[in-house]
Amino acid sequence: MADTRFIIQRNSLIISARANRLRRLAALGGRGILLLITSSSALVILFIFYFIIKDALPFFQLRGLKEFFTSTAWYPSSSPASFGATSIFVGSGLVTLGAILVSVPLGVTAAVCLSDMLPFSLRQLVKPVIEMLAAIPSVAFGFFALVVFAPQLQERGGTILSVAWWMITAPVAFLMLWIVSSVLSSRLPERIRSMGRLGLAAALAAPTFWGIWFVGRSFHALEISSGANALNVSIILGIMALPTIVSVSEDALQSVGGELREGAYALGATRTETMLRIVIPAAKSGICAAIILGIMRAIGETMVVWMASGNAAQIPRPWFNVLEPVRTLTATIAGETGEADHVTGSARYHVLFAMALCLLVISYAFNYVSDRIVRRTSRIGRA
Amino acid sequence: MSTQKKPLPLIRKVAGGLFAAVALCAPSNGAWGQTEDKVRIDGSTTVGPITKAFAEYYMRQHPDVNITVSESGSGNGAKSLVNGTCDAAAMSRFMKPQEFSAAVDKGVMPVAHVVAIDGIAIVVHPSNPMANLTVSQVRDIYAGKITNWSQVGGPDKKIVAISRDSNSGTFECFNNLVMQKEKIAGSTEYVGSNGAARQRVQSTPGAVGYVGLGFLDRTVKALSVDNVHPDPDSVTSGRYPVARPLYLFTDGYPELGSHLHAFVTLHLSRKGQEIIESLGFVPVTHYK
Repeated sequence: MADTRFIIQRNSLIISARANRLRRLAALGGRGILLLITSSSALVILFIFYFIIKDALPFFQLRGLKEFFTSTAWYPSSSPASFGATSIFVGSGLVTLGAILVSVPLGVTAAVCLSDMLPFSLRQLVKPVIEMLAAIPSVAFGFFALVVFAPQLQERGGTILSVAWWMITAPVAFLMLWIVSSVLSSRLPERIRSMGRLGLAAALAAPTFWGIWFVGRSFHALEISSGANALNVSIILGIMALPTIVSVSEDALQSVGGELREGAYALGATRTETMLRIVIPAAKSGICAAIILGIMRAIGETMVVWMASGNAAQIPRPWFNVLEPVRTLTATIAGETGEADHVTGSARYHVLFAMALCLLVISYAFNYVSDRIVRRTSRIGRA
Repeated sequence: MSTQKKPLPLIRKVAGGLFAAVALCAPSNGAWGQTEDKVRIDGSTTVGPITKAFAEYYMRQHPDVNITVSESGSGNGAKSLVNGTCDAAAMSRFMKPQEFSAAVDKGVMPVAHVVAIDGIAIVVHPSNPMANLTVSQVRDIYAGKITNWSQVGGPDKKIVAISRDSNSGTFECFNNLVMQKEKIAGSTEYVGSNGAARQRVQSTPGAVGYVGLGFLDRTVKALSVDNVHPDPDSVTSGRYPVARPLYLFTDGYPELGSHLHAFVTLHLSRKGQEIIESLGFVPVTHYK
């Protein structure tokens, strides 16, 4: 083997000057093409920024900043038109917040379960199924939200809400009762401790569950007049953000490695302690990055919100009332584009670019933060 | 969603260049260069479905004729007609005085052809006992002044007002004919198509919406407006208040026997009526 290589090198050494120059040129050309391809993808981003800013600035020159950011009157088609986007910003924020509340607890729990609870063979089966969610086109989610989920919310909204309320609060209440009663009973003398713990738990359980039941009953009495609202979209967006969150945070949990876990077990830590005290803190940055990626998915989603959020340009009263229809930035851009093109150069046309610029800045900021977090993780991983 | 997007100027330039290159390559004795066999239509997105269907039908009958249909809005249609860049402007409203005078200044004499009538039905959920609303009641509902059906003599149920997006000709028509100077309330929901509006109304007991007459079916209930039920007769006779004619404007009356003449009178034929009815508009003719 060594001999052959030697011969080849010898051959290359005695190559003619002309062939040598050709080869150098070819190498240079190849490198140039690769550089061009690489930089063109970066250039595309720059071009997007450039064109959006170019078309967004005229809006602020025409109408100033104040109306856009402080007014809630969104009447782009009436004359005189008004372009107050506050309610639209609030709508985007509310829907994203809702999606976070739905997807983060579910997603992180599912990731923990996948990486540390389920047997390996089952995990190999379940993870691809969750990741399949990401392959469903968003218009299919939107159709589901509009045609199936919205009427269900209208018909059985109260029941759905109260069941969801019980499903969320009951396990949490059980856990809290257990922890509180054991903490409190640890001060009791040894011989009545277990009795005291049970008694305390029972005594605390009565008011807690009465409270849950009371709130649940008031949920039950709620009547949802329109199923195309922020809650509907939040839940659907939460489901859409799930695969990102589950798969990225599961990867983070996996990358913590077996040594840390085995070390913890060797020191006598239980499975729960290992999970909560060792593995999750070690994978914290990865999980944060997963959450931010999931949030970006929710902010940028257009089709579902355009179809199922109701698109009403209003700030719900009170602001967190997710049962009211809202309008988001993405849906506004999608919905208004066709008409705005009629009058290229008008404020109505440029306002959409102003919104796109805001979206771009928001998602760039999120991207930057998640990038920083991921970089921090990998540095820790190497150390 | 049916958003008709005009490409970005840059893309248009590139596409135009490509188009020119293709045109240069095409044989010069073909149909390409002959202007008399080319009809250019520009204008309203509302009239768009009609002009597109007409163009498709006409080109099938006359394979040597090339009809291009652009949808850039009524205002742009008028502009194109004045500038001579189209042969017929599709408009969902009549020409404005300043558009008329600009046309006359350039020697263009706009002639209106009413191709169809666009009627808008106010629809509610089938379970809603309401049968009639006045135009001012509809206006107050959409302006947010009336928020419960009991305020207009119906059951005690919150009204969910559903509107088409401000993108659509139907919205424009509703806004002009019903809302007039009033603004639609912020709590109104917007949907992207006639079909979506009907879907939302049929699945929401408290909803009120509006759709083009052609989109009425048994799943929703059309209300009478000012005691006139929306049907082709009441729309063409002008008794139903939420309706408007749709126009094609040409420069003078087209030369008899020309393709343009045949195109702008297609709606008067039996086949034209069929096409218009199938698209959900009300024809101006009454073939049985």
